[in-house]
Amino acid sequence: MEALDLARWQFGITTIYHFVFVPLTLGLSVLVAIIQTFWYRTGDERYKQLTKYFGKLFVIVFTLGIVTGIVQEFQFGMNWSEYSRFVGDIFGIPLAIEALMAFFMESTFLGLWLFGWNRLSKGVHLLSIWLVAIASNLSAIWILMANSWMQVPVGYEIVGGRAELSDFVAILLNERLLVQMPHTIIAGFVTGGLFVLGISAWMMYRGNQVQTFKKSAQIALVFTAVASLLTATTGHSQAQDTVQSQPMKMAAMEGLWETEQPASFSLFALIDQENKTSMREVRLPYMLSVLAHNNATSEVKGLNELQAEMEEKYGEGNYIPPVKTVYWSFRVMVGLGTLFILIAFTGLILWWKGKLETTTWFHKALMGALFLPYVANSAGWLVTEMGRQPWVVYGLLLTSDGVSPSVAGSSIWISMAAFTLVYGFLAAVAVFLVVKYAKPGIPKESDKSGQDSDEVSDKADAFAY
Amino acid sequence: MDFQLLWFILIAILFIGYFFLEGFDFGVGILMPFISRDDVDRRVCINTIGPFWDANEVWLITAGGAMFAAFPHWYATLFSGFYLPLLLILLALIFRAVGFEFRAKVNKLFWKRSADHFIFWGSLIPAFIWGVALTNIVMGLPIGEDMNFTGGLFGLLSPYAILGGLASTTVFTLHGAVFLTLRTDGPLMERAAKVAQMMWIPAGLLLLAFALLGYRYTVLFDGLGLIPGTLPALAVLAFISGYFLLKMGRTGWSFAATGATILFGTVVAFEGLFPMLMPSTLNPDWSLTIYNASSSDLTLTIMSVVALIFLPLILGYQIYSYYVFRKRVTRDSIPTH
Repeated sequence: MEALDLARWQFGITTIYHFVFVPLTLGLSVLVAIIQTFWYRTGDERYKQLTKYFGKLFVIVFTLGIVTGIVQEFQFGMNWSEYSRFVGDIFGIPLAIEALMAFFMESTFLGLWLFGWNRLSKGVHLLSIWLVAIASNLSAIWILMANSWMQVPVGYEIVGGRAELSDFVAILLNERLLVQMPHTIIAGFVTGGLFVLGISAWMMYRGNQVQTFKKSAQIALVFTAVASLLTATTGHSQAQDTVQSQPMKMAAMEGLWETEQPASFSLFALIDQENKTSMREVRLPYMLSVLAHNNATSEVKGLNELQAEMEEKYGEGNYIPPVKTVYWSFRVMVGLGTLFILIAFTGLILWWKGKLETTTWFHKALMGALFLPYVANSAGWLVTEMGRQPWVVYGLLLTSDGVSPSVAGSSIWISMAAFTLVYGFLAAVAVFLVVKYAKPGIPKESDKSGQDSDEVSDKADAFAY
Repeated sequence: MDFQLLWFILIAILFIGYFFLEGFDFGVGILMPFISRDDVDRRVCINTIGPFWDANEVWLITAGGAMFAAFPHWYATLFSGFYLPLLLILLALIFRAVGFEFRAKVNKLFWKRSADHFIFWGSLIPAFIWGVALTNIVMGLPIGEDMNFTGGLFGLLSPYAILGGLASTTVFTLHGAVFLTLRTDGPLMERAAKVAQMMWIPAGLLLLAFALLGYRYTVLFDGLGLIPGTLPALAVLAFISGYFLLKMGRTGWSFAATGATILFGTVVAFEGLFPMLMPSTLNPDWSLTIYNASSSDLTLTIMSVVALIFLPLILGYQIYSYYVFRKRVTRDSIPTH
């Protein structure tokens, strides 16, 4: 493999891995804050126990998000120096603001929350976790602003071979950001919601503090139901934006080789990228036109026509992204998203019927569903990033022109091997710890020893290292 | 004042903040295995920096982001050029963070010993490499016409650069020892104070050698006479007074003094470079300067507004956090399990 391919693999591995933990952090931080708010408002000790229980799991996940995030901040410069030179004027701004506005706040107030159980007033302590949650989500806004600009560049002019900022407001209000940011953040809420639901279901299934975990399940159910619906609607807006701003990506998402009017939506296809065709297709007529333009007879352009258009505009080259990956990732994401809506609403119905804590098949389903959002998140990310190829900045800079010329393939082999090993090790540690801390549940109130240990940890720092 | 100069100063401030703050928690990580007598001592050491270490590291992340935004060429050349050293720093920081966060999560000897290694090496390696890297920058680097680094890994490991690494490691360790003296009590505090006193002489000799050889190897004192001016003098003064302040029992002031040594040392490096960011040894015209490496004025203007709003805010709540956790960490504050 050449340095370019290695650099791409490394970026893919490290970013997808980072993005396993980040969405969970986005949702779980908000949920822990909500549960702690319930404790603050009601004084019910069960919410305190839940706050500590999910708080400990949150810290484990959060740590992995941080350590993999440090790599992200620097690897643009390490592996993509020419990209960094080209976009620094614009891309650097949200990155720097993210650190100034969000990372400082997140890390400082997490420290205050972890070590402040006995030192801060209840109100300030609650405020700390809310600031952590707000900061996590603020950081998502800024990094997505940077990514949106790579998808749909706005507010720039090319000066001396670099993209220079010409209109900051255009970047802040990039239409792409306005659809991509809510979709991604709310998908993080679904991830966090299903995490709390899955663990609460596990505990109800095992009969550990059923009434307590019913409460966390109920909070997470409402949260997930709203978030999963919003993920779908914002996803739809994002796809409609993609039709306009990145028609090539949309055609790849649909495996649509030839332009159609009216356009049909593909349910299944075997994609043959070499021969530029799809086989054994199952298509819903008119559906793609409706989805793309809210109009049953509108035209949707196919890959071949778009390739010809792009060659005319940018010169000879292959401008078709890896269709198979994009096509199937899109289907996996949408399929799982739909499943999450179904699960959430099934849960609401069971709750309404008063069967939430007793329906064991649903508990099992929730325990399984806990693992799925990560697949959906990664698939969504693959659609966005692979669908943009061969561009790193759509229409402005090819990925192959962004790579660091001074970094040898051998160096990237070393770093890629190191990251893969270390990240694999971290994943094992994180899963082990999450299971270790989730499994015992919350000690029973009648259990004398459990109470004692809680009293002891109330005097010392419960979250001390 | 032009924006390039303002951002040069702001990034210098971010690195000063980073070396000052992470400097002492590197030191704590390096000393933790040596001055602890048992597991509780170790946990006391870790908990002195528990609420802070992550926020301290954000100073580095922010410096990275600020370099990207304000001087994209600096960001691109530096981190692609120092690819493997930076990789080592990143891996070390990963292990270190995991060590801090997860050490107390499993009460098994093997687990805790592993975490101790992560914390020790994860503190030592970056403390050393940052010194080597900074020394290389002030020595000048083979930077080509296209602004890219053309050297290799072993070119970065000259004896003088290694001396720089040893100096930074020793000073950070000293800074950490004084911090531990300030934040612990009882026998642990006494041992920390002893270590701090012992370290002053070797740290001083390393710094002296580094500074004197700096005339020969670095761009820092080019155009200056034998007496380099106020800033290095202040660094020396702060360093020496720290020793006597500690002996007098003024630990807080002594900590301020080791911090001031780091502060003035970093300022000397940045001031000596100015207006260069990375001097080229191949051709002075190929050096990265604050002008040829910078972003557009519009970007710098926006960034300036953002920084002037947020930096005071950040300082405010970080100081608040240090205020909340101002008490010494005692052995009985550590949970028993």
